[in-house]
Amino acid sequence: MKLTDSEQAMLDGRAGPAKQKAMDLLMRYGDALGAERLVETNNVAGAFNASTPSVRALVAKGYDAVYSELNLDSAEVVPIPKMAVNTCQLITGIDNEKWRIQGIPEELADQQKKAEGYFGARGINMFATCTPYQVGNVPVKGEHCAWMESSAVVYCNSVLGARTNTEGKESTGAAALTGRIPYWGYHITENRRGTHRVEVDVAVDDIMDWGLLGYWLGEIVQEDIPVLTGKVAQPSLIKLKHFGAAAASSGGVEMYHIPGVTAETNSIEEAFGGRKCEATLRFGAAERKLAYDTLNCATDRSVDFVMLGCPHNAIEQVWLVASLLDGRKISPNTQLWVHTPRALREVAERNGYVKMITDAGGVVMSDTCPAISRHAPKGTRVIATDSAKQAHYLPAILGLPVWFGSVKDCVEAAVTGRWNGGLQ
Amino acid sequence: MSIVNDTRTAPARPKIVLHGRKVVGGCAEGEALVTRDTISGWGGINEREGTVIERRHELRGISFKDKVLVFPGAKGSSGWSAYFHMTRLNGVAPRALIFNKMTTKVALGAVVTHAPAITELDQDPLTVIETGDWVKVDADNGIVEVTKKAQV
Repeated sequence: MKLTDSEQAMLDGRAGPAKQKAMDLLMRYGDALGAERLVETNNVAGAFNASTPSVRALVAKGYDAVYSELNLDSAEVVPIPKMAVNTCQLITGIDNEKWRIQGIPEELADQQKKAEGYFGARGINMFATCTPYQVGNVPVKGEHCAWMESSAVVYCNSVLGARTNTEGKESTGAAALTGRIPYWGYHITENRRGTHRVEVDVAVDDIMDWGLLGYWLGEIVQEDIPVLTGKVAQPSLIKLKHFGAAAASSGGVEMYHIPGVTAETNSIEEAFGGRKCEATLRFGAAERKLAYDTLNCATDRSVDFVMLGCPHNAIEQVWLVASLLDGRKISPNTQLWVHTPRALREVAERNGYVKMITDAGGVVMSDTCPAISRHAPKGTRVIATDSAKQAHYLPAILGLPVWFGSVKDCVEAAVTGRWNGGLQ
Repeated sequence: MSIVNDTRTAPARPKIVLHGRKVVGGCAEGEALVTRDTISGWGGINEREGTVIERRHELRGISFKDKVLVFPGAKGSSGWSAYFHMTRLNGVAPRALIFNKMTTKVALGAVVTHAPAITELDQDPLTVIETGDWVKVDADNGIVEVTKKAQV
């Protein structure tokens, strides 16, 4: 890779050992990719918190050791200075307030708070959400970013037209200290054009349908770039959030285009930009049902845990849940967790939405989710969720069967303790 | 690709040599574990045991510890590298990685796993290599040498 003078200076150690280790990692990573150079970034979203049992031994050596090994791939412990560029923490494993309900040991909850003190002192913003774009980090079109979190990456590239690859814990750790990331993949204009045309033949409008479309599509196109046309009604942030999260779970979709809706295209021709369309796919009633049946792996209709808010809920979604629960009580055999970013939970609290959900017997959580924390309520046997992403991952992570459906179906399951959802 | 006879083992089994591009340098050898399914890191593997855990994955429940993992590429969460990083720290990482599709997930994952890794081979490794074959990876020179397993 070709480096600028200031990048070479960092690699030579003239800016201190941490930036030296960071540049060393970026060089190894860039070479692995076949990148020719680095690009400057001033927007890093990464995973810094060390709160899982498996990193206990590292935590015992101090947080410099945690950052060195896990964020820089350096066995040698180097002192970590303040971050060089705007940096935020994505979702974490522990709700700083509701950790007891999650079933997290106090020792780990304390460990996360101590880690946040260390990272906060170095300028890492504790958004603690998988959706930084819902709480103020909204990059502009063309901005080079270094983001983790597959659902945030696909939103950043497609909806916002900012540029990021799916970065990892180590590359974001290095980018935060150097303001650099390999210039490869989605940083380059030619690589952002469409590869597949998708004719949507069945109306896709509500959140569940966007999840089904994304889940079906991701499995087929894997990491290619679909261009959607047909019966897609004007989507919202929430719908595209669910669509992207689903497509990045069954596959590795990091970018898509919807002409007239997403940032970089007003027409199908512009979306392909001269690139050859590899295949035209059709999403009809049969494909919709296939995705629904694939996501629903449960058979027992007794539901003991309902999880809403993956990716983290927008305030409108918290309101929807509160409205559906208003004046009702959830089943004594069922627990309901609703997840929203900490900053939005503050609003939900102020609006009384948290009280409405709590009065019904539910819990409004932040900072985490069951897939990331690997915690569901103790004794959970069957889960229901409105998230295709969570329905994809929870059977693997927790070894439990999942029902997938609409928000309304999930809230009804929480109230009755029975799954009566289905495709309309 | 070239085929030469291995005269050191009896009965002689053919060796197949593939050429590709180094992703992470170094040399390693071991038994191949081949899958046609892309692999998720976070939510797809158990980093303490080195097993694939994804529902509907053909390697579900199978360990890649000390294997030469041959796979199409990475998918899913950005936790790919962090989880393969942890397999190394936990002593359950693959010995080498051979894959087809380059992505940031698999590139960074290979780098932090510190396992020799090769891509862009001149023949499809998913076709040429079968689970149980003995595979030598010389990533520095971009060479993969495959000794086919004994036919039963």
